[in-house]
Amino acid sequence: MSVQLSLTVNGKAVSAAVDARTLLVELLRNQLALTGTHVGCDTGQCGACTVLLDGRAVKACNMLAAQAGGAKVLTIEGLAAADGTLHPMQAAFKDCHGLQCGFCTSGMVLSAIDLVQRHPNADEKTIREELEGNFCRCTGYHNIVRAVQQGAAAMAK
Amino acid sequence: MGANDAGLIGQSVRRKEDVRFLTGAGQYTDDVTFPRQTYAYFLRSPHAHAKIRRIDAAKAKAAPGVLAVFTGEDLTGVNGLPCGWLITGTDGKPMNEPPHPVLAQGKVRCVGDQVALVVAESAHQAKDAAETIDVDYEILPAVVNCVEALKAGAPQIHDQAPGNKCYTWALGDKAAVDAAFAKAAHVTKIDLVNNRLIPNAIEPRGAAASYNRADESYTLYVSNQNPHVERLLMTAFVLGLPETKLRVIAPDVGGGFGSKIYLYAEETALVWASKKVNRPIKWAADRSEAFLSDAHGRDHVTHAELALDKDGKFLAMRVITTANMGAYLSTFASCIPTILYATLLAGQYTTPVIYCEVTASFTNTAPVDAYRGAGRPEATFVVERLVHQAAVDMNIPQDEIRRRNFIRTFPYATPVALTYDTGNYDATLDEAMKMADVAGFPARKAESAKQGKLRGLGYASYIEACGLAPSNVAGALGARAGLFEAGEVRVNPTGSVTVFTGSHSHGQGHETTFAQIVAAKLGIDIGNVEVVHGDTGRVPFGMGTYGSRSLAVGGTAIVKALDKVIAKGRKIAAHLLEAAETDIEFKDGKFTVAGTDRSKAFAEISLAAYVPHNYPLGDLEPGLDETAFYDPTNFTYPAGTHICEVEIDPETGVVTIARFAACDDFGNIINPMIVEGQVHGGVAQGLGQALLENCVYDADSGQLLTGSYMDYAMPRADHVPSFQVGTKVTPCTHNPLGAKGCGEAGAIGAPAAMMNAVHDALSAVGVARIDMPASPHRVWQAIQQAAKPSARA
Repeated sequence: MSVQLSLTVNGKAVSAAVDARTLLVELLRNQLALTGTHVGCDTGQCGACTVLLDGRAVKACNMLAAQAGGAKVLTIEGLAAADGTLHPMQAAFKDCHGLQCGFCTSGMVLSAIDLVQRHPNADEKTIREELEGNFCRCTGYHNIVRAVQQGAAAMAK
Repeated sequence: MGANDAGLIGQSVRRKEDVRFLTGAGQYTDDVTFPRQTYAYFLRSPHAHAKIRRIDAAKAKAAPGVLAVFTGEDLTGVNGLPCGWLITGTDGKPMNEPPHPVLAQGKVRCVGDQVALVVAESAHQAKDAAETIDVDYEILPAVVNCVEALKAGAPQIHDQAPGNKCYTWALGDKAAVDAAFAKAAHVTKIDLVNNRLIPNAIEPRGAAASYNRADESYTLYVSNQNPHVERLLMTAFVLGLPETKLRVIAPDVGGGFGSKIYLYAEETALVWASKKVNRPIKWAADRSEAFLSDAHGRDHVTHAELALDKDGKFLAMRVITTANMGAYLSTFASCIPTILYATLLAGQYTTPVIYCEVTASFTNTAPVDAYRGAGRPEATFVVERLVHQAAVDMNIPQDEIRRRNFIRTFPYATPVALTYDTGNYDATLDEAMKMADVAGFPARKAESAKQGKLRGLGYASYIEACGLAPSNVAGALGARAGLFEAGEVRVNPTGSVTVFTGSHSHGQGHETTFAQIVAAKLGIDIGNVEVVHGDTGRVPFGMGTYGSRSLAVGGTAIVKALDKVIAKGRKIAAHLLEAAETDIEFKDGKFTVAGTDRSKAFAEISLAAYVPHNYPLGDLEPGLDETAFYDPTNFTYPAGTHICEVEIDPETGVVTIARFAACDDFGNIINPMIVEGQVHGGVAQGLGQALLENCVYDADSGQLLTGSYMDYAMPRADHVPSFQVGTKVTPCTHNPLGAKGCGEAGAIGAPAAMMNAVHDALSAVGVARIDMPASPHRVWQAIQQAAKPSARA
């Protein structure tokens, strides 16, 4: 069964016809070629597929594309400014070495932004708890925590 | 590096690769799309051990969108997957090497064994079709435990491996060890399990293969750590193709940790099938498949003994280990519990005689191979658990027993076949103790006790052999290939430099570290250096990245190529400046006639090398592009001390990692930020093993019980603390960078440090032994067990 839907992705209006079982992450990656959103598991645990849906972090592997009809989706590709200037959280991850292989990074950065929006003055414990839904196998989280702290400070400016 | 380092060496240069990852522009295998691409799905065995009576794929072949369905019997002319390391047993015979088919041939030997390949227009169609394949299985009894598999009456897994034995292998002087034990004042004995782990790189494995009819060639994108090895094994050993007909590209790779070293069945089947269907085929493992089919790690059962004199000086060590190979021999499986394990049992200590005997068995589980550290964490765990327990037994402080036995004279030949070139184990122990505030521990312990909590401190003074490998040594030990590395430095006409390295970066930051070396050595801007890796079509050759070898071996190959570039540049400069070659000095990116101000900039030399008007054509070829191969003369020996402090709630069994300090000696460091990041990640993986992770197969059915993130406990951000990391430097004596390697240290030191801390804490309530992972359930049970009157008797 095919479903017709319209949504906004990274500020652009998108119309697509998808198989009803298509996941949001499949729409983003396969039809829209936004391959910066990654798939790391099939149980909604790893968070590599995290995108912002109407400003809120969601796991794009855990919802149907059809459920995103009418929504505003922001993926990692839409985060930096048009001139290439990195979002403060992206810049903080680079400066703090908060990424290694890069596979969890897009989800991690978008989760971090959501976290800071809800907890602008989060301490280390809060940051660690809030990042429970995003796995990183490379960094041991040490520099991710530092990056979120630095990114939060930069976002507050 | 000398005077030309332009201040870049030792600087935490921010990574060149980060922007593409931070903006979603990285290109991982599953991001690659070929025109007219099709999709693969592998039907896998639901049984741990079964005969295949019949496969009926008629429905699947007729299903919507399906191009083809292949089973084992279709793969005529396709050999099994090879093992790269021959172990010769104590009986003088080669190890048993049963076939490792690309698709099951009449039998499945583990849950997840690949039975059929479905190729369809979409991934959904391939999966739907696979569900209609009817496989008639005759289910056989299964065995999953490596010790049980060796017992009489265990299910026989391979005809070619009687009793499920791969080999029994030994290292060391058994008679001398027996004699030393006979004279010992004290003997400490322990039994331990090194728990089985599933690597879990966050990018699951994947591949995309394309066949080109025009020149009968193939292109394979694959999530892999060593594309040249992949190409060599797949073409020469399995598919019987000229290696030049296969280009292997390992693009951005989302973590490896060992699990992406190996030649796997899936990508091999894809390459083969891409010609059959004459369409490109893509496959991306979902996480459930990764759990079932990635090579797992560790899985040892060990009895170990340490003989000491009355002063706590080590006299001898005896270690008997059984290791699980899984259902088939993976690419390097056989050398992990032998060559990379027993050789490390001297640790940092002067133990004069050591004997180690290892029996490897086949079981109905996924293959087991190298996982971050690969044999060395297992060795460190044995040594440091023994040392901890001996100190407890003899009432000697943990740091003191280590100091009484440290090696302090180098080079030092161990009784287990290695020669350490350099090290300073007192320095890393002292610094780690400062970082961990060991002096403040009694006060913290008292504070915990007030709140009804148990607090413990654990040390691990580890050593590892990295920089794989001196090829003649590796060959003598059974490696079926040398372990060189290649580097090409191509100076472009305008003076920018492209480096082609056989090392592969899947998170390690080579694009930055290697660029720092090149920029420093040539005196050019780091922005003018591009590092290319992971493509057999562009890189001359390479053995890839594992065993913390990239900087020490791959980096050295680049340095040797750079030396050739500079030597040739000097010749060109001598001609242009009308001076003798011996009078030309190269410094800060300029070739200068010594004692004059006459010089040529690096870019002038590069331009002259390619598009000369005036060139000594009779004496020198144009161009400035040099390749070097490097074969190390010895292993490198990173070492250090890790100290872990835990707090345990005896009411719940929950272990909290309160502090973790690591002081490591990696030799010279090019980029401290990247090195610290490697330690952080390794420590988290090591703590994951000790605190959380455990791969469990059901003993009766052979089903994988920990087959998703719902059941396999991965370390999350709130499981680990921030780490204190520091370094001490004794430069490696046998490579020009003085580098030893840093990728695995964390995973090697951390499990032993943490479990020693757990044992220290639990000693207060009488717990003598607890195996990894120290989960709340296990800890609580151990506490309850120890509290029983019978346990106190």
